[in-house]
Amino acid sequence: MTKQRKAVALISGGLDSMLAAKTIMDQGVHVEGINFFTGFCVEGHTHAIRANNKAKPKRNNSLWVAEQLGIKLHIVDVIEEYKDVLINPKHGYGAHMNPCLDCKIFMVNKAKQWIVENDFDFIITGEVIGQRPMSQRKSTMPIVAKESGADDLLLRPLCAKNLPATLPEREGWVDREKLHEITGRSRKPQIAMAEQFGFDDYSQPAGGCCFLTDASYSAKLVDLWKARDGDKQYDLDDVMLLKVGRHIRPEQNFKVIIAREEGEGRFMQGYKKEFITLACVSHPGALALVDGTPSAEDLFLAARITARYGQGRDAEQVDVSITGKDGSERVIQVKPLGAEEIPQEWFI
Amino acid sequence: MIKASLNARRLLCPLPVIRTQDKVKQLKPGDQLEVICTDPGVMQDIPTWCRINGHKVLETSAGDHEYIIILEVGA
Ligand code: SF4
Repeated sequence: MTKQRKAVALISGGLDSMLAAKTIMDQGVHVEGINFFTGFCVEGHTHAIRANNKAKPKRNNSLWVAEQLGIKLHIVDVIEEYKDVLINPKHGYGAHMNPCLDCKIFMVNKAKQWIVENDFDFIITGEVIGQRPMSQRKSTMPIVAKESGADDLLLRPLCAKNLPATLPEREGWVDREKLHEITGRSRKPQIAMAEQFGFDDYSQPAGGCCFLTDASYSAKLVDLWKARDGDKQYDLDDVMLLKVGRHIRPEQNFKVIIAREEGEGRFMQGYKKEFITLACVSHPGALALVDGTPSAEDLFLAARITARYGQGRDAEQVDVSITGKDGSERVIQVKPLGAEEIPQEWFI
Repeated sequence: MIKASLNARRLLCPLPVIRTQDKVKQLKPGDQLEVICTDPGVMQDIPTWCRINGHKVLETSAGDHEYIIILEVGA
């Protein structure tokens, strides 16, 4: 009896990786999914933070895809290792702070390690030639295969016929004739395949799989690094807080993060020991965190900004509490800043 | 049979799922794990993760901003 071959599929939660896995499963290969959590993934977080999203919690698309396919999914925390990819991408960044090509190489390399440890035979991705301007071009396909160390154990079922045959094809573990030759940015072939397989309600993220493709998120990240004198290290809390609230930086040495709604305020409460917190006490208002090393004068300005975003914004005077990281609290009286007193460049 | 507990408070999805997955790896079939979370997304994500990986959700409960899931490790 011939041995049943095993493949691990990189599952992002989008349609392409779903179709790639299904194509190989239909050839009798045992497929399991793997998903890497970099900290920047679009799945989950922000949605969970905001109170008005609570009524219908968003599903995690990679789990959903695995369930639709009836395969196991291994979610791997790569937050620490990913820092080097983001901070020093050999192939540079895309339109924003997205190091897509290095990211792909990193993930395929992790998958390669995984198949070795788990006695699997090859790796599948949903890549399509010409689909993404930076990381999915004809010239980048061999780069990912080579630099990840996966070489010809990396099979892209959706565009395999446009690429040299890989080991699984040459060895007859999969039938190359039943693979695909999709190219370009059009989604029509994938949508037709999805229909054929009976998949609907799948996710099609417009930008990419993570926040690093988002202009506003990337600007906040660059600002954070600049404010730390170019030190690009970060931790998960930094990553999370860039997704929350309104970020206002009046000076290089401090910024104010103001909750935009209740859920964000509750989430930010969890950071009271790491940041100075400000809140309006004479009027209803949002919680604010102060990041950096503010002087007494800076805190006064931060309090005026905080008051601006409370219901006392038009009052002559608002009481604002300032709570230190050690829990010590004092209340000061400030006049809320007028809208015109906050220059546009303060908003990150 | 072991009854283990996992504190996943303040973690946002998919981290509670990842921590659950890592904890389950240390347990044996039939063991139980209670996961305590603050992200409501777990009410959807952990049961899905259990279904696809062959574990059984025994109980879920939602309190004041706290969500508890008890699962039994599958074979
Ligand atoms: S969008 Fe983000 S996760 Fe996707 S390849 Fe680019 S950097 Fe990696």
